[in-house]
Amino acid sequence: MEENKRVIDVRHLSKTFGTNVVLRDINFAVDQGDVTCIIGSSGSGKSTLLRCINLLETPTAGEVLFHGQDIMKGHIDSASYRAKVGMVFQNFNLFGNMDVLKNCMIGQTCVLKKNEEEAKKQALFFLEKVGMAPYINAKPRQLSGGQKQRVAIARALAMDPEVLLFDEPTSALDPQMVGEVLAVMRTLADEGLTMLVVTHEMAFARDVSSHVVFMANGVIEEEGSPADIFGNPKKELTREFLSRFRNG
Amino acid sequence: MPQANDFWGWIAYILAHYGGSFLRGAGATMLISLVGTAIGCLIGFIVGIVQTIPVEKNDNAAKRFFLPIVKFLLSVYVELFRGTPMMAQAMFIYYGSMLMFGINMTMWFAAFFIVSVNTGAYMSETMRGGIISVDPGQTEGAKAIGMTHFQTMLHVVLPQAIRNIMPQIGNNLIINIKDTSVLNVIGTVELYFTTKTVAGNYYTYFQAFTIAMVIYFVMTFTCSRILRYFEKRMDGPDSYNLATTDTLAYTSGMVSFPDPRSNQRGNL
Repeated sequence: MEENKRVIDVRHLSKTFGTNVVLRDINFAVDQGDVTCIIGSSGSGKSTLLRCINLLETPTAGEVLFHGQDIMKGHIDSASYRAKVGMVFQNFNLFGNMDVLKNCMIGQTCVLKKNEEEAKKQALFFLEKVGMAPYINAKPRQLSGGQKQRVAIARALAMDPEVLLFDEPTSALDPQMVGEVLAVMRTLADEGLTMLVVTHEMAFARDVSSHVVFMANGVIEEEGSPADIFGNPKKELTREFLSRFRNG
Repeated sequence: MPQANDFWGWIAYILAHYGGSFLRGAGATMLISLVGTAIGCLIGFIVGIVQTIPVEKNDNAAKRFFLPIVKFLLSVYVELFRGTPMMAQAMFIYYGSMLMFGINMTMWFAAFFIVSVNTGAYMSETMRGGIISVDPGQTEGAKAIGMTHFQTMLHVVLPQAIRNIMPQIGNNLIINIKDTSVLNVIGTVELYFTTKTVAGNYYTYFQAFTIAMVIYFVMTFTCSRILRYFEKRMDGPDSYNLATTDTLAYTSGMVSFPDPRSNQRGNL
């Protein structure tokens, strides 16, 4: 019964770049409806972990199970796997040669093989949800960072992903834009979207997530409910990391 | 006949008697350059695209075996044709094909062929540069929504790469307009060949080549402006229209688009 709800299961995952060990024996799971936040200082391997889950990096060892199937074993094609696992990047990565609407349609028409009309309907629905529907004719270079990120979220949502990965979605934005993007993410979390968020926004992790993972030096140092991690951290490294945010 | 030192007189005389020949020569030059550049770009695009296909760990054995061989052969082609003068290539191919393989190329076929493969060699490197200059984030964004390498290239990377190499395509066209002049060594009747012939008739080299210079410049300048116009067109308009007329609604969605999933799927 529990197994049915499990979307992503990471087991003994390791990643090395040359002799540099970035991730060491990572184990954790994401269930349907979970909002998992991964926190930790820069260089702790958070982003690499997220990129391994989406196969943008190939893990050196271990396995990533998607509904119980190992995504690296070959019976799942990595492109069709990625279509079910959305990703939002720190630098937005909107397609510069397409306008906002096309950005949100191309994946649907070209990967999901939907017709134009259906794709447009879906794209407009999600663009409206993130408050970007009026900007369908704009090119990405004509938008602000916060607007770009909201379009990027709509683009990912338009694929109807089972889980959405966020790689520091607000790190390249000013405080006001951070607010607009986080507001969208909160709404999505409230609606029950399964999310895995790498973030430096401690308030978001504390208030919105159902599960918090703290990483340091390529290992999961501590994980638990937000109340546990923020209210009663057990490890010294976690306390030290969080104290900087409380004081600041 | 004008006096020996009457410059403008000679220009007028040549134009009056040989104007048609000059136009035919210029036409041949333009035709060879345009066709050669177009086919060369096509060759270059294909070679550049093949050169940038990544080999991944989980690719099948055939791809991992053949792709490096194909890439090697293509780089041999690029290096050979970039590394030798087009004039020498013209002689080598035109006379070589007859001697070695018994192929009697027509002069026109030889001209198109030589300019095309030459441009192709340059364009493939340009294309490779264009492809790797597109931000890797674009590829990652495309992969993250499930696009294959082919789809990513077709919809995301190539349109941006081609936009970025447009100035270089213009360069190549202009270079071709000028460099088709070397084809006179295999007897191609283009602008340079015509000019030399006309000049030789009355020893009016200065006057005849003045006319040729003007024609060459008009051709290259016109082409460069036309290409610049295409570049602007590719960039699209500088501004955009909001999809509403209600200014109060600018920052929020104003039309309630129905949830397309509501009748398709029950769960999220």
